Amino acid sequence: MNLLRQLWRSSLGKKYAMALTGVALFGFVVGHLLGNLQVFGAPELINSYAHFLKSKPGLLWGARLGLLSCVALHIVAAVQLTLLNRSARPIGYAGGSAYGSAWKSRYMALSGSVILAFVIYHLLHFTAMQPGINGVGDFNKLKTTLAGEPVADVYAMMILGFQVPWVSLVYLIAQTLLFLHLSHGLSSLFQSLGFRNHVWWPRITAASQIVSVVVFIGYASIPVAVLAGLGRDHAQKAKAALSSQPLESPESSIAGVAKEALK
Amino acid sequence: MKVTLKVWRQKDQKAPGGFQIYQSPELNPNMSFLEMLDVVNEDLAGRGEDPIAFDHDCREGICGTCSLVIDGKPHGPHQGVATCQTYMRSFRNGVEIVIEPFRARPFPIIKDLVCDRKSFDRIQQAGGFISVRTGSTPDANSILIPKENSDLAMDAAQCIGCGACVAACKNASAMLFVSAKVSHFGLLPQGQPERHRRVTAMVQQMDEEGFGACTVTGSCEAVCPKSISLDFIARMNRDFAVALLKGGPKKPSSGGAG
Ligand code: HEM
Ligand code: FES
Repeated sequence: MNLLRQLWRSSLGKKYAMALTGVALFGFVVGHLLGNLQVFGAPELINSYAHFLKSKPGLLWGARLGLLSCVALHIVAAVQLTLLNRSARPIGYAGGSAYGSAWKSRYMALSGSVILAFVIYHLLHFTAMQPGINGVGDFNKLKTTLAGEPVADVYAMMILGFQVPWVSLVYLIAQTLLFLHLSHGLSSLFQSLGFRNHVWWPRITAASQIVSVVVFIGYASIPVAVLAGLGRDHAQKAKAALSSQPLESPESSIAGVAKEALK
Repeated sequence: MKVTLKVWRQKDQKAPGGFQIYQSPELNPNMSFLEMLDVVNEDLAGRGEDPIAFDHDCREGICGTCSLVIDGKPHGPHQGVATCQTYMRSFRNGVEIVIEPFRARPFPIIKDLVCDRKSFDRIQQAGGFISVRTGSTPDANSILIPKENSDLAMDAAQCIGCGACVAACKNASAMLFVSAKVSHFGLLPQGQPERHRRVTAMVQQMDEEGFGACTVTGSCEAVCPKSISLDFIARMNRDFAVALLKGGPKKPSSGGAG
């Protein structure tokens, strides 16, 4: 306990906390990406994956709470260090500042804040499924069957969700800022934890750069593919369920809409 | 040649400061930057004005007394040299040069361009030394030190403690200075007994002085007149973690000898 207090009190200790939580969050970013990329398979693939996660509430909530505490620690340390850094130079320079600094390093607080805002939106959008913010309708109504069992149609939710251009734009902006955050943060964390020398540093920075680009391409490919037409047919069918009230089979609701229109 | 100077003037620590514009008299391009200021000051004194206060001592890049942020870069336009080794031929005839003091909360301004860097002394006093006399120069090879270690230790020992790293860093972090001082001893056999106590004490003092934290921007390395590498900061981060995990030195047991 004493050790933890001593660590938290020192600026170096807080940087260890940022680096370690950064590693955990990066681990999630990669795992989440691999999960999401299943959208490029048949609808059943990602639906059964989502159903599998939902069917293990202990695991799911364990991971969620672990991640939440990492996010909290990362942000508290970030805010405290940023305030410390600002207070360490009350009067700035007139002749230009931060000579020779890597430009991405200057926007960590900004990119982090945008990521945080995005994470909140993302949770409301796809996890809490708030109908008001997705520009489509009530995602709760998207159901399909998997081996005879009724389950949430996550595939349809993703396709319908990203077919809304401004939603895709929001995701792409957030992914760009995540890229900036990672392309500095991934190498920086090795420095914070003390794993660096003149031989390894160029390799570490190059690897961080490559990994951040790969993560960006992976995430960005999903909204881009959907806007380009991925899963359009499936989405057409699913969309009917959204306008029907209460839940009916897609065919009858399309017929209903058609009858309304004919009147 | 002639230049225009935009200089920060501040009467004392409490008074608010501001920029003043001065025209230099005719200059020799081979004057050092500090000699240029001397000439400007003579001119000011001749006109009954208060000369510009600035820090300097050795004027050959070894004492770390000169400072100045010149056009936004500590120690002027070149890499790996101090202000005192910067020459007027590096500036174009007739340009305006902005001269500011090193700025950081732990470096309060005393007057004009002179700031108080005693916070660095206090960090040194917290642990930047070896407590026992290590004797005069030993015979060569009587203490064996791996070549890489002695090279690295000498790289770290190059630090002249000028504070340019703090001045350049957007966070006013002193990590490059502290890590150089920590590594200089930490790499040599004489520094081993106090290695952990040294790094914890110096880091603690650094935090108490109110310096910012490192965000690996690279500014410090870019302006360091001795080109000290960011690698040393990683080394300090590692040493500090090991020191905390191992804990303080054990109390000697109370039993007598034998
Ligand atoms: C997916 C989410 C995130 C990941 C993977 C991530 C990753 C990282 C990594 C690896 C670092 C480098 C740590 C170091 O230099 O030792 C870092 C630093 C930082 N992060 Fe994050 N982060 C995330 C979210 C956030 C959020 C939500 C915020 C803010 C509010 C934030 C603010 C910061 C700040 C201010 C730094 C410090 C920059 C520095 O010291 O250079 N991050 N992050
Ligand atoms: S005056 Fe001594 S280093 Fe510049």
